[in-house]
Amino acid sequence: MMEIFAMGKYGAYVWSSFALMFMVMIACVVQARSRHRKMFRQIESRLKSQALSEKNGHRSEN
Amino acid sequence: MWKFLHKLASPPHFYALAAKMIPWFNISGLLLIAYGTVAGLFFAPADYQQGDAFRIIYAHVPAAYLSMMAYSIMAISAGIGLIWRMKLAHAVAAAAAPLGAWFTFLALATGSIWGRPMWGTWWEWGDPRLTSELIMLFLYFGYMSLRAAIDETSKADKASAVLILVGAVNVPIIHFSVEWWSSLHQGPTLIKEGGPAIETAMLYPLLAMILGFSLFFGALLLARVRTEVLHRERRSRWVRNLVLTESA
Amino acid sequence: MKPRQQRMLAVGLAALGVVIAAAFTLRAFQDNMMFYVEISDVVQGNVPDERKFRVGGLVVPNSIVRESGELAVKFTVTDTKNSLDVHYDGILPDLFREGQGIIAHGSLDENGQFQADTVLAKHDEKYMPPEVADSLAKHAAEKEAATVVDE
Repeated sequence: MMEIFAMGKYGAYVWSSFALMFMVMIACVVQARSRHRKMFRQIESRLKSQALSEKNGHRSEN
Repeated sequence: MWKFLHKLASPPHFYALAAKMIPWFNISGLLLIAYGTVAGLFFAPADYQQGDAFRIIYAHVPAAYLSMMAYSIMAISAGIGLIWRMKLAHAVAAAAAPLGAWFTFLALATGSIWGRPMWGTWWEWGDPRLTSELIMLFLYFGYMSLRAAIDETSKADKASAVLILVGAVNVPIIHFSVEWWSSLHQGPTLIKEGGPAIETAMLYPLLAMILGFSLFFGALLLARVRTEVLHRERRSRWVRNLVLTESA
Repeated sequence: MKPRQQRMLAVGLAALGVVIAAAFTLRAFQDNMMFYVEISDVVQGNVPDERKFRVGGLVVPNSIVRESGELAVKFTVTDTKNSLDVHYDGILPDLFREGQGIIAHGSLDENGQFQADTVLAKHDEKYMPPEVADSLAKHAAEKEAATVVDE
């Protein structure tokens, strides 16, 4: 059973390549999601402060 | 057809449609990647020359393919954006850059790991294939820093589109580098006269990986274009309604 | 600095980056080409002075000889017309074997022998299991034998 995972004498090379591949995949997903959330929050907080300042009688800047 | 395209290019419509498409791209892509990884690592026979080290092909080739595919998508989008002044096209180009950079990095890293035991070197300076791929990584970085340096989105779109179109000359250089100059890297296996020079049991997992990664890339690209669209349309009524509804 | 000037600077820097990158690439490729010497030229003594260079060719079968020293080897490379003896003391890549395409980097010593400091192996674009490679070789041999009989 262990033989299949040994990859001849190239285990270190093959497994590190695939580990890198999965790490890059995860990094891409995490980065895309966090950027989207950040963008959403930014717009959200801007709209909220806008609404607040309008309520207080100031003219909005945006 | 044109009506459909026009509708697709309308930001709110794209934003909603992309959200529906992303899970399908992800599921089909990840299934293919799972099959390709298992079949490539455990079921494909070892290579006559390289033994099990050849299995790195299943990580390296999809990454290298996507690194060039992402650049081609950016160049085409940048061209469309410049010529037809289509904002969504610029958004696509901007969204593809970080993904292209990631996959270029992956192609370089896995290539290096493959080169060490087979060729006898991690990296060979001045090798045409290796150098032109590294240049592409720098083009992606240059594109991203140029965009970051320009605050006004429409200006950033134009300047970065020009950069990406100028750099597009590198894509055919990468592809043909192994034929035009003497490179350590071997010639193309899949796209060649007389069909792919690879045994079917080794080929199917590779094709599954390439297709799977393309779909996975598609999901990531759609997700990133959505973020871009949100940013570009941040002052519009539909984004306002969307954000206020969802945050309520 | 005004935003407009900042933008111009950014565009200028990006353009400069592209130009430097292109120059650097072409330069690197040229260097790579310049110091690659055909075996026929090495045999005739046409080699760069005071500069290491590369030779490339196929490892001649049965030419690999262990020399004194732990890793030292001598082998012959050929471009099918001319051949050259290469001395090397170091770890050979796993693909190094008889008949394999290799690239050696080094220089000629005072006795006209090529002393390599690096030996890299190339492989072709074909991938197949060992059994297939064996049967292909067998068929090729049979075909050759058949043509010999025909003659």
